[in-house]
Amino acid sequence: MKKPALERPVLLDVQDITRLYGPGKGCEEIDFRLHAGEVLGIVGESGSGKSTLLRVLSGLEAPDAGRVIYRRLSNEPEAARQVNEPEAARQVNEPEAARQVNEPEAARSGQHVVDDDEATSDFDLDLYAIGEARRRALLRLEWGLVHQNPRDGLRMGVSAGANIGERLMAQGQRHYGRLRETGQEWMRQVELDPGRIDDAPRTFSGGMQQRLQIARTLVTRPRLVFMDEPTGGLDVSVQARLLDMLRTLVRQLGLSVVLVTHDLAVARLLAHRLLVMRRGRVVETGLTDQILDDPQHAYTQLLVSSVLTP
Amino acid sequence: MHSTTNAQPRLTVEALQKSFLLHGQGGIEIDVMRDLSLTLHAGECLVLAGRSGIGKSTLLKMLYGDYRIHQGRIRLHFDDGELELESLPAYAWHGLRRDVIGYVSQFLRVVPRVATVDVVMEPLLARGADEHQSRQRAETLLARLNLPERLWQLPPGTFSGGEQQRVNIARGFIGEHPLLLLDEPTASLDAANRDVVVALISEAKARGSALLGIFHDEEVRNRVADRLLPLDGSLGACAADTQENLS
Repeated sequence: MKKPALERPVLLDVQDITRLYGPGKGCEEIDFRLHAGEVLGIVGESGSGKSTLLRVLSGLEAPDAGRVIYRRLSNEPEAARQVNEPEAARQVNEPEAARQVNEPEAARSGQHVVDDDEATSDFDLDLYAIGEARRRALLRLEWGLVHQNPRDGLRMGVSAGANIGERLMAQGQRHYGRLRETGQEWMRQVELDPGRIDDAPRTFSGGMQQRLQIARTLVTRPRLVFMDEPTGGLDVSVQARLLDMLRTLVRQLGLSVVLVTHDLAVARLLAHRLLVMRRGRVVETGLTDQILDDPQHAYTQLLVSSVLTP
Repeated sequence: MHSTTNAQPRLTVEALQKSFLLHGQGGIEIDVMRDLSLTLHAGECLVLAGRSGIGKSTLLKMLYGDYRIHQGRIRLHFDDGELELESLPAYAWHGLRRDVIGYVSQFLRVVPRVATVDVVMEPLLARGADEHQSRQRAETLLARLNLPERLWQLPPGTFSGGEQQRVNIARGFIGEHPLLLLDEPTASLDAANRDVVVALISEAKARGSALLGIFHDEEVRNRVADRLLPLDGSLGACAADTQENLS
C-alpha cells in the first residue's frame, strides 16, 4: 500500500503573539500553526489568557507584538475583497430591508481583484497589517466567530431568519425567497423548528439561541471558525446535543476551528489537538489524547488529575 | 509458512521505552517499558502476552499516538517509503488514524446521546463515505455482533458492558484499517460473540490488515494469534519475538 497523504496546508500562522494588559495579564509569546481541517483546542483555567489570545486571533484586538497570518489557497477569491464598502453592507440587516430588496441575486463574480496593496505574493494576509475595513470584511465573510454568550453573537431584536441571512446579504445575496429558504434549511440543520423563522431570538431558550448563533455563523461556510466556550452557559443535557452537532458540522463543512474551553471533557470530544495555557503562556501542546492521557508538564498533570468524573 | 513472512513488514518497533514522570507525587518516575522491539507483517495477528501491568496497553497507546514516544523508534512501511511515528507532527496523526491505524480500546468514549449506529458509522463518514452505505455497513456489523436492532437508535451510554464492547468493536472494525490495535476486545463477551470477533479478525487478516492485540482469554488467543510476543516482568528482557507458530 502507498504512503498516506498526511500533509495539510497551514491555514493560520500565529507568530510570537504577545498582548498584555498588565504584568502576567493577557498572553505572551504564543506561536503555533493551525492546519486545514484541524480543530485546535485552547485549554486552561480562567485568567490563563486563552480568551485574550482568541480575541487577537479572531481579529478583535491587535497584539502588542507578533503577527497573525491567514494563508489562503492561491486560487481562491477573497470574499472580503469583493465588498468595496463594508459599512454599507452592514446596514442591510433588518428583515424589512430584506423584503424591500427583491432584485435577482447580484452575480458574484468570484474573480480575484488584484490591487497594489496585496499583502504578499503568496495570497497571505497579515491580519493586523491589512486595513480595518478589509479585516472586518474578512471576519464577516470568510471567518466565523461563535461567542460563549449567544446574545453577543445574535441580533436579539430581529427575527431568527434575518439573523441567519445577515452574512449572506453582506456577501451580496438579495433574493428574499432564497434567503428565507436558506434560513429554514439552516434551522433544520441545527435542529431548530423552521416554523419559528420569524420569531425573535429572545423568545428562544439558551440552547436554541446558541444553535441559532452557530447557524448564523456557518451559513456562509467560513473556512475558519473561532469558538469561545460554545457549550459554556448551557445545561449539561443540552451540551451533548450541541457537541454532536458541532462535530457533524465540522466534518460536513470541512471546517478548521480554534476552540477555547476550560472543559477538558468538551476538548476531548471536539478537539484534535490542544494547547494548554497557564499565566498567559503555552505550557504544553500535543494531540488531545496525549495531553489528557500522557500529560508531561506539571501544570497539565495537575489540571488533568483534577477533573471530576461522575 | 506464512506467505508474507519474507515481505517487508508493515510495522517495525525498535528499542521502545516508556516511563511516566509524576510531578504531583514528588517527581517519581515509573518505568513501564524498556527496550521493546517487534515486527509485524500484513495479514498476521501478533498477540501480546504477559501479566497485567506489564505494559501491553501502553504499547498499543504509543502506537496510536495516545502516549508520547520519547525513546525508541516506531516505523510504518509502505510500498513507497516509511513513516517514523516518533517524529510525526501532531497534525499528521489525524489522517493516519483516519486511514491507517485503527484502535479498539477497552472503553467506549463517545459524545453522549448519540445513537449507536451513528457512533459505529462515524469512522467511514470521516473519510467522506456515502452516508447511506455507511449506515448499512454499520447495521450489518451490529447485526453480526448480535446487538438487538431495538438498541441501534439508542445511545450506548446506558448499555451493559458487553453491549458497549460490541459497539466499540463494530466502530473499530468498520474502517478496515491496514493496522489494527485490539485491547482485549473479547473481555466481556459470551462465547457466540467471541466467535464473531474471531471471524472478524480472520477476515481482517485475509484482507491484508496487520493486527496487534491483547487477549486474556486463552482460547481466543490461540485461535487468532499467528505469533505470541511475551512481555517479561523484568522489563529488560521483553525484546525478541518468539517465532512460535501456534497454528
